[in-house]
Amino acid sequence: MITSGLTPIITEHWDKPDLYTIEGYRRVGGYQALAAALKMDPDAIIGQIKDSGLRGRGGAGFPTGMKWGFVPQNDGKPHYLVVNADESEPGACKDIPIMLANPHALVEGVIISSYAIRASHAFIYIRGEVPHAIRKVAFAVEQARASGFIGENIFGTDFSLDVVVHSGAGAYICGEETALLDSLEGYRGQPRLKPPFPAVAGLYASPTVINNVETIANIPYIIDRGVAWFRQFGTEKSPGFKVFSVSGHVVRPGIYEAPLGITMRELLDYAGGIRGGGEVKFWLPGGSSVPMLTAEHLDVPMTYEDMATAGTMLGTGTPMLFDKTVSVVKAVTRWLEFYKHESCGKCTPCREGTYWITGVLEKFEHGHGSPAEVDTLVNLCSQIAGRSFCALGDAAATPYPAALKFFRAEFEAATTTSANEQFDPVASYVFAETVTR
Amino acid sequence: MTITSNAGSDLTPQVELVTVVVDGVAIEIPKGTLVIRAAELLGIEIPRFCDHPLLEPVAACRMCLVDIEGVPKPQPACAQVVSDGMQVRTQLTSPIARDAQEGVMEFLLLNHPLDCPVCDKGGECPLQNQAMSAGRPESRFEEVKRTFPKPINVSAQILLDRERCVSCARCTRFADQIAGDPMLELLERGSNQQVGTAADQPFDSYFSGNTVQICPVGALTSAAYRFRSRPFDLVSVPTTCEHCASGCSLRTDHRRGTVTRRLAWDEPAVNEEWNCDKGRFAFTYQEQGRVATPLIREDGNLRPASWPEALDVAARGLAAATSHGVLVGGRSTVEDAYAYARFARAVLQSDNIDFRVRDSSDEEAQFLRSSVAGTAVRTTYESLEKAPAVVLIAFEPEDESPIVFLRLRKAARGGGTRVYSVGAAVTRGLSKLAGTLIPAKPGAEASVLTDLPAKVRAELSTPGAVIMVGERIAGIEGGATAVLELARSTGASIAWVPRRAGERGALDAGALAGLLPGGRPLSDDLARGAVAACWGVESLPATTGLAGESLLRAVTGGGIGALITGGIELADLPDQALGRAAIEAAAFVVALENHHSAITELADVVFPVAVVTEKSGTFMNWEGRPRPFAQTFKDALVMSDAIVLGMLARAMNAPIGASDVAGIRQELGSLGAWAGARAEEPNTPAGQVVDAAYLVSTWRALIDNGVMQEGEPYLAATAHAVAATCSAVTVADLGAPENVTVTGPLGSLTLPLLIGDVLDGVVCLPLNSPGCALYRDLGVRSGQAVTIGGAV
Repeated sequence: MITSGLTPIITEHWDKPDLYTIEGYRRVGGYQALAAALKMDPDAIIGQIKDSGLRGRGGAGFPTGMKWGFVPQNDGKPHYLVVNADESEPGACKDIPIMLANPHALVEGVIISSYAIRASHAFIYIRGEVPHAIRKVAFAVEQARASGFIGENIFGTDFSLDVVVHSGAGAYICGEETALLDSLEGYRGQPRLKPPFPAVAGLYASPTVINNVETIANIPYIIDRGVAWFRQFGTEKSPGFKVFSVSGHVVRPGIYEAPLGITMRELLDYAGGIRGGGEVKFWLPGGSSVPMLTAEHLDVPMTYEDMATAGTMLGTGTPMLFDKTVSVVKAVTRWLEFYKHESCGKCTPCREGTYWITGVLEKFEHGHGSPAEVDTLVNLCSQIAGRSFCALGDAAATPYPAALKFFRAEFEAATTTSANEQFDPVASYVFAETVTR
Repeated sequence: MTITSNAGSDLTPQVELVTVVVDGVAIEIPKGTLVIRAAELLGIEIPRFCDHPLLEPVAACRMCLVDIEGVPKPQPACAQVVSDGMQVRTQLTSPIARDAQEGVMEFLLLNHPLDCPVCDKGGECPLQNQAMSAGRPESRFEEVKRTFPKPINVSAQILLDRERCVSCARCTRFADQIAGDPMLELLERGSNQQVGTAADQPFDSYFSGNTVQICPVGALTSAAYRFRSRPFDLVSVPTTCEHCASGCSLRTDHRRGTVTRRLAWDEPAVNEEWNCDKGRFAFTYQEQGRVATPLIREDGNLRPASWPEALDVAARGLAAATSHGVLVGGRSTVEDAYAYARFARAVLQSDNIDFRVRDSSDEEAQFLRSSVAGTAVRTTYESLEKAPAVVLIAFEPEDESPIVFLRLRKAARGGGTRVYSVGAAVTRGLSKLAGTLIPAKPGAEASVLTDLPAKVRAELSTPGAVIMVGERIAGIEGGATAVLELARSTGASIAWVPRRAGERGALDAGALAGLLPGGRPLSDDLARGAVAACWGVESLPATTGLAGESLLRAVTGGGIGALITGGIELADLPDQALGRAAIEAAAFVVALENHHSAITELADVVFPVAVVTEKSGTFMNWEGRPRPFAQTFKDALVMSDAIVLGMLARAMNAPIGASDVAGIRQELGSLGAWAGARAEEPNTPAGQVVDAAYLVSTWRALIDNGVMQEGEPYLAATAHAVAATCSAVTVADLGAPENVTVTGPLGSLTLPLLIGDVLDGVVCLPLNSPGCALYRDLGVRSGQAVTIGGAV
């Protein structure tokens, strides 16, 4: 089991300037997996993905092969594959780079996955704010179509597929899979009542698989190189590799592809450590929706199971690190302002709760509020978590209790001293060194 | 009691039962029941806002969270389906559920203005009530509330106070799922989420008032009722709507002798919990323009008179005439219509009587006598819902019987019922029913019916299929004959859906020449004998009298001397000149009217009679289902038509039976149903299409110039736009002008020209809408020719 070192696979050829073209991708072995896959029985592909233990890279970590297996076969209905490329999680920046640098890995994965679940129509729903990524993927799809990888009777088989690249319109909630389906159908994006689950009645009330970009980009490599190769990376419960996007107060923020099970400390080393030789104050392993950790957790392996044990989640696997210059009050307030802005409004706890919590946090940030409210907020978060319609509410209820666990004193002080008085905001800027020098 | 001509539709499928335990009490209920319904059955009320039994679950408000054993998070009872052995704990037994509900309530009240003292909903508000039962006494919220400018109009009638809204989506789901008018939608995100409409598309739904009623807060109010009253100051009476033959249950609320509002009331078999905006808002006519005292004509002018004087004048005038005619309007209750039918035969010894003061035909009269009057309830709302196929003929349900439309839409949306309409246009209503047009030019309907596509005929032959016939069948030569033949050959049942609330009742009460109560043919000696015995008279006229336009022509020609009219509008007659000429020609006219009208201007004696709020009675809806209603104003002094007729009979020394509602019901009951031979069916050959470039297709819009909608400007403003609608081809032929001038024998109308899914060469016009009264302005009926010219 390889759980350390960098293992560039999806990112292996990112230094080649023409990787985004079909010629560049094929030069490094692209679309070999597709040719092999189309010779396989679709069920065998599903079996291979099940055996690989690949878990969804969108945040929840649900086993991909099992998800595919839920799609009823021979039901006479059209099946759909929908790629969730609505990467909007604060701190997450891994799907968009994949789409920019290696879009054909995604497209090849889409074709293979569609073949496996017997879908003849696939949709790639890309966040609307990244037109450059939309253009890259649309270009890749057109090139694949021109090469006969998309269209009627691919490689002379019975398999036909159309792929639609769809642009979102700027709502975080559309990353929630059922809201994404509503948005794709032309409705206002709000999560749907489950059951029925998308695997049974998803897009246009037909069986639908929704997978993350990185998940789908894994598929060609698993088909091409096999289950045993894939499972040599990571752990038993979290096999494979992960495109980690490391951001924050590190010397070299960026994309680091490494096996699951690597520690934050090792990733931090690759990123050059905290700027100016400083220390981590707190960090989040996978976007703002997962509970924060501190320097004492730097040696916890980055796996789904170990992160859960540590009281957090791997999430999107996109660590954000903050050094000692940062006011946790301010950080949490910014996140809650985000959730308030992005709450879709459907359910009461999330719609009203984010409004309330944000109001109180903004008071804290400015040195107002009462000590009693420090605990009221915990109660409010508990009124949202587990009671909202979808996971957005749960996510909104996450940052504050997690922060309070480690930094209670800072919140209590905030009732009298503003965040800017506690922490010089200039010191936390990326360009702080220039300023202080 | 339901007898259908097609067997097999009444088989009830076996229901699988599961046992679920709510708060320690076990109940066996059908699989698939929602937890919230299961709890209701046990008398456990779980607080809720978004839940509505007739709308699909949305689980948005989260007020009904309950604790289910084995499930880590509290679950919404409104969306959770029961399973066998499920253990549910509600707020009554679970601290988790209680805490969750209190938390949600605290959240709901954050941005709610708590302006209960000035809110119309205060006193009957689910938010107010449940804040008391399921909320904490005090809120911990100290921040600033989100506010909106208030209120905004989502239509002329419906006002929206956005800050009161709890985003339960009942109104938007009603508009989308029930009415099929998805013009209301939630807009924006998060705490800025609000209900709204598109800028150029107000919520002009015929059913918009229901959203006010199901709104669980005071966010939606009606312009008609806003700030008029507090619910706890109102007296409520269960009533039946007098506007159409749907027969909706209503609740009439009044205060200090004035009706303040009407609500749809719960009647699962008929209107479920809905009604239309006409039924809800059109009641101001009841007070305006009333005839206050009896009036008699003296020296050519009407003057007020005492009751004894007026009765005496009327009795002598009627006695002086040798022949009589009786015209009963379509708004009569069963009891009043029965009194007219009895008065005509027993007192006046005349069979010249008709309740169809509208477009009518002898063929229609034969059809009604032979196949509708006094028949057992065959087709019901429930059977519509189960019908595999429904063919509509001369019937536009959304305009002419809106609750039939809602039930058909429910049936069509459920996926089981296919709707076909024989007509000249794919109307807004038909497209909302996902219906198919069977194209028939106006006038060709009868031949199209005889020559239906094989597929439709096959579907009509499936058990449970229904042919729904509107009252406009009277204007289609051979139409009723073709309907009867179609029903005979396919086995489909016929449902005649008149437009007015009183027509079916008047028919069954015998207010039509040749027909005695209960569908008894006048020509039948046995029937006549039984009725004469019941009425305590020696004999009844034995020959069928005159009806429809023949009756009017007889008056004009001097063949009939005296007329009694009860609640009629001359404007409803296609040939208005004939109607007016008849009234003018009659030697003596007694009018029983509640309002001043063209008739009261011409009558010799006018008796004021009660409107629906001042009497009790029964409307019989299109199903043949009696819809009794109570007197709203118990101390009203205005008498019903039946009581006035009873007094008149006594004044003529020919007293007949009971005049009060209870007595008449007893009489009708003692007569019972008629099991003998029925009157003969019509046999009229199919009519021909008029050979002309442009033919008129017309019907009455739900919201139009009807006199019972007077005095309600907000309702009137939600009427559909008045326009001439033609096919794209016809519009192109006309040169695509913005407006067109349509010309008929009596004149011209200039109207906006719209493109619609209409047969080429046909122009769809509303029959009696503002600026477009076809009978009066053009002098044309459906199927007649007009000329069309472009206009500026």
